[in-house]
Amino acid sequence: MDVLLASRLQFAAAAMFHFLFVPLTLGLSFLTAIYQTLWLKTGDEDYKRAARFWGKLFLINFGLGVVTGITLEFQFGTNWRFYSQYVGDVFGSLLAIEATLAFFLESTFIAVWWFGWGRINPKINTLAIWLTAIASNISALWILLANGWMQHPVGYVIRNGRAELESFTAVLTNSFAWWEFLHTVPAAYILSGFFVLGVSAWHLLRKNETSLFKKSFKVAAIWTMIFSLYLIVEGHIHGAEVAEKQPTKLAAMEAHWETEKGASWTLFAIPDEENERNSLEIIKVPKVLSLLAFHDPEAEVKGLKEWPKEERPPVALTFFSFRIMVALGFLFGLLSILAFLKRNQPETSPRLLKVLIWNIPLPYIAAQAGWMVAEVGRQPWIVYGLMKTKDAVSPLSSVQVGLSLPAFIIVYGILGVICFWLIAHHAKKGPEPAENISVKPATETL
Amino acid sequence: MEMNIFQIIWFVLWGVLWAVYFALDGFDLGAGSLLYFLGKDEKERRVIYQAVGPFWDGNEVWLITAGGATFAAFPTAYAVMFSALYTPLLLLLFSLIIRGVAVEYRNKHESPSWRAFWDFLFFLGSLLPALLLGVAFANIFKGVPINEKGLLQTNLLGLLNPFGLLGGLLFVFCFATHGALWVAFKASSPLSERAASLAKKTWVITLLLVIIFWAASFVTTNLWENYKKAPILAVFPLLAAICYLTVPVFLNKESYFKAWAASALTIVFFTAWGVAGLFPNILPSSIDPAYSLTIFNSSSSPLTLKIMTTVAVIFVPIVLAYTFWAYKTFSYKITEKDIAY
Repeated sequence: MDVLLASRLQFAAAAMFHFLFVPLTLGLSFLTAIYQTLWLKTGDEDYKRAARFWGKLFLINFGLGVVTGITLEFQFGTNWRFYSQYVGDVFGSLLAIEATLAFFLESTFIAVWWFGWGRINPKINTLAIWLTAIASNISALWILLANGWMQHPVGYVIRNGRAELESFTAVLTNSFAWWEFLHTVPAAYILSGFFVLGVSAWHLLRKNETSLFKKSFKVAAIWTMIFSLYLIVEGHIHGAEVAEKQPTKLAAMEAHWETEKGASWTLFAIPDEENERNSLEIIKVPKVLSLLAFHDPEAEVKGLKEWPKEERPPVALTFFSFRIMVALGFLFGLLSILAFLKRNQPETSPRLLKVLIWNIPLPYIAAQAGWMVAEVGRQPWIVYGLMKTKDAVSPLSSVQVGLSLPAFIIVYGILGVICFWLIAHHAKKGPEPAENISVKPATETL
Repeated sequence: MEMNIFQIIWFVLWGVLWAVYFALDGFDLGAGSLLYFLGKDEKERRVIYQAVGPFWDGNEVWLITAGGATFAAFPTAYAVMFSALYTPLLLLLFSLIIRGVAVEYRNKHESPSWRAFWDFLFFLGSLLPALLLGVAFANIFKGVPINEKGLLQTNLLGLLNPFGLLGGLLFVFCFATHGALWVAFKASSPLSERAASLAKKTWVITLLLVIIFWAASFVTTNLWENYKKAPILAVFPLLAAICYLTVPVFLNKESYFKAWAASALTIVFFTAWGVAGLFPNILPSSIDPAYSLTIFNSSSSPLTLKIMTTVAVIFVPIVLAYTFWAYKTFSYKITEKDIAY
């Protein structure tokens, strides 16, 4: 197998697999912290048991997220040697800072939280889960600053045959990276919110632990609606940012071939990359693409033909991924409003509860599709406009990558099945009885 | 490229990160590799899992940070080293993945075959990293055959040379001793005594291995050259030896924590011995010293190194403080209650 293609597939497999576990980590940590804080404030045992229940599911998910993250950091060196050499001066420090600021914090305090029940003061224990949540979100910020730099490199100068850091402030204030952060993290919150809603719905339908799951449901319904509605607005701004900074990606997202003023927007199309056109277009609305991308119905939108074929991203994959993400985004907005309206008596709407159970996987699909748009749409660049992916790959033998790629798929495949089975198993089992959760009296000192 | 003080600072920090990683994850990996030898029944095995449970993840972050720091401070060395050591590095990562998952998942489902499955993976995922890290570092100490383009002129089997294998064995037994001491400290009788008595045996084997390793290093490596130039560096191997010899003293007094701490310091000073000998190389070439990756020809720009230094100066003490607190919080003897279902 071709080393470049195999390395790309391997990185894609490792990154996508890792991101099956990241969103729930980012969101469920906060939800667990909220439930535990509500217990501290109200003394309501339901919240204590809820915190333990959701926290345990968080932990099973977190385990796989942690271990699959290491391979990503190391793969820049193993498979993308020339990338690492060329941009390490800017990019490497962001990863190192992420580890120093976030990884130590989250891995230490998640252990303090889990093993601290009955051993440390509940207030410190609650602080531990908050610190875990904050740390995992700090980690998201730094990794997205790194990814944002690959999408829109800033603050560097070409010197000594490589990209060297010129302004750290410019890298930290990269607007593209911040919009990515403000997009990815709330998307993770939505996924986590729907996870809690879906699992709660499963128990509510079976009239199991109704009191506890109603309380879980209510918090998650408010949380999910806030972020679902926010993300529809942010998604639009984010798209406009892509239009300005990554015109080839925008053109691929919209399967837009011809440069034109007052460009029309197509709801659905089948791109034909061979003949540089769409073989099918359904519902074309005049001037809307210009309006959406540049907030001006007469604005010029560059078409894919503006660039030579080898500088265009894969159009169909980018286009379909984008359509899937956006359609699901609107569905989540609608569904979260329904859940919000029923937040006080969800058990009275069995149909909504059933939908919420079947909805659990959809935010996962939306998140994966979103990353497809971001990463496939950036091609053929590994760093947009600065370095091509084909120039970044390590000088490996096809045997090495030909063995490691299937190894990744097999090992990850097995672990993924086990992890989701275990999450489902514990989710269905429901919360532990209150007497099994030991709590150290708050009056005792550390 | 210009030489600067930050390259030296980051070389030292690079060594410190590896030293702390070995000293901390060393006991997790060691305890895991002894699972079948120490844990005679289900209860004892649960104690071993409990002994590493709160720590393995935080300990592994030192490895991630060592990798990240190599990338940030010496990107060329990171790029060449990681692509040249492709297969052993991926084997290491896969082993660490299954180790971590084993610790987290083993006690989350009550079924004997589930537990047996994860026990085996925990054992394997603990033993292999020790072996691979030992082989990798022995080869780095010796120098690897990289050419002027940074391409490795050998394969995996070439890395499994006698000195590399010796390094692998040394790490396995050193970590096993370290892990047994930790279990002796965390467990109660009879597991505690069994771990202590096993530690005494592996201590002797490790001692023999390190003597052979040091003797062989005079012939196979250039590490001692720096010691001729700067004899003061000899404090590192000297301190390593002194700390190592105090381990059995504490063991005989049943002061298991102190024995473990002495073992941790031994690992730190032993790593310091190797890293000081490497200076200024990060990856020496055994073909021609001119092809070696040094801190001078592979480092980041002074600006990046300065920023990284600032971050390290502020945050590493904070990390150390809460890590220390967490160790103190979880330094209790594991009781029946802790391993209840």
